[in-house]
Amino acid sequence: MAFLKHIIGAGTALSLMAAAALQPAVAQDEFITVASTTSTEQSGLFDHILPIFEEKTGIEVRVIAQGTGQALETGRRGDADVLFVHAKAAEEEFVAEGHGVEREPVMYNDFVFVGPGDDPAGIKGGSDAVAALQAIAEAEAPFASRGDDSGTHKAELNLWEAAGIEPSGDWYRELGQGMGPTLNTAAQMPAYTMSDRATWISFQNRGPLEIVVEGDDRLFNQYGVILVNPERHEHVKAEAGQQFIDWLVSGEGQQAIGSYEIDGQQLFFPNAQDEGA
Amino acid sequence: MDGQGAFVTAINLIVSGDAALAEIVGLSLRVTLSAVFLSCLVGLPAGAALALARFPGRGGVIVVFNSLMGLPPVVAGLVVYLTLSRSGPLGPLALLFTPTAMIIAQTVLITPIIVSLTRSVIEDLWREYEDQLRSLGSSALRAVPTLLWDGRFSLVTVVLAGLGRAMAEVGAVLIVGGNIAGHTRTMTTAIALETARGDLALALGLGIILLSLTLLLNAGAFVSGRVAQRTAG
Repeated sequence: MAFLKHIIGAGTALSLMAAAALQPAVAQDEFITVASTTSTEQSGLFDHILPIFEEKTGIEVRVIAQGTGQALETGRRGDADVLFVHAKAAEEEFVAEGHGVEREPVMYNDFVFVGPGDDPAGIKGGSDAVAALQAIAEAEAPFASRGDDSGTHKAELNLWEAAGIEPSGDWYRELGQGMGPTLNTAAQMPAYTMSDRATWISFQNRGPLEIVVEGDDRLFNQYGVILVNPERHEHVKAEAGQQFIDWLVSGEGQQAIGSYEIDGQQLFFPNAQDEGA
Repeated sequence: MDGQGAFVTAINLIVSGDAALAEIVGLSLRVTLSAVFLSCLVGLPAGAALALARFPGRGGVIVVFNSLMGLPPVVAGLVVYLTLSRSGPLGPLALLFTPTAMIIAQTVLITPIIVSLTRSVIEDLWREYEDQLRSLGSSALRAVPTLLWDGRFSLVTVVLAGLGRAMAEVGAVLIVGGNIAGHTRTMTTAIALETARGDLALALGLGIILLSLTLLLNAGAFVSGRVAQRTAG
């Protein structure tokens, strides 16, 4: 009997442990879930601005960093309250389909082409993104593409289209990876690739890579913010989510974004006032 | 960046008692140990029962569990993701992107390992003791607790195999947890993030810390096993 009692005691203890393990983590404070992009997360922007917002409102912001395509899908499924992404056309489609309430512009940065310093395609120092792609294709110099349906990938494909080239062949390598892993890979190949400037500035494993083309208007990279439609998903925390959005586009939020620097370089430029952005 | 830099980073992180690191380590242990515990709760009896029971299609069940030992973490994660998503069958529970979701995903991942390896251990034991146990009037099913107890020292290795898999995987917890800073970031997802950031020294430093933790857990299991074995005579 003593043995049996022992077993029951152990069993009870085990079930209690199991119950504790399975219990959902109950947050005392209010929180929202934001699906955003790898560029905002990996550049450290959120570490800079979120504490300011959380301090002010007491709302915790939980950020999931995904490619823009995946982030939009997360929103479509109702698994996030707010989207903070950079692919204007896809964002507007998301809202038009009724998944989002409204898209508001928040900030921009720009894309740059980076490549090996010995520059096999001879494009270094240029500012014409389309001509650079044509030269890369012409030289069949290795080019690493994100290939992951992210905002950066979409922007890259638009530029290839503008260049009148359908990139294919051994030199064009679709990695299906985030920005950081793509830069890691490009540094080793070495290959040209397109990066948002924020990730590039904060990226530490550059190897032979350096900026080869920058300053083209077509390399503009606009970020927008969208509240997931609470009419589609009733659990969406519309009030807290809207509070976050309002703060991002407010003077205070815009200033917080503009003040984020790495090595004295500003990474993102607030432009919520620019209605066409 | 070199290996030395990673060691220095690892040691600095440990010595400085970094609060964020402590939180990440704590969550990793909580998720992994909970998953191992739940898997054992289900997997040990199920594996033993599978070893002793005779029913049509048993061979097929064994093959399925053996194959599921090779379940890719990212697939386990995806299945749990789709189940827990707001648009999925268990959406109303609001479990996606929580530590609980990560525990569930890892439990799905390692239960087949526990079941398959337990079956193998218990089958061998049963072959050895079947006559003896039957002569004592024990049926196969009633022999399950006895055999699990007798095989406990071999079963420790089974549990450690599950633990190793859970400690090492990143695919499942990344998908269902979302790698949210301060909430669902574990050692492996932090390593993936720092690699993506190109901070390879920090990534490798975290890797060294994770390996050391695994080493400690295994050493603990080994020593307590030795002590118990000696006590048991």
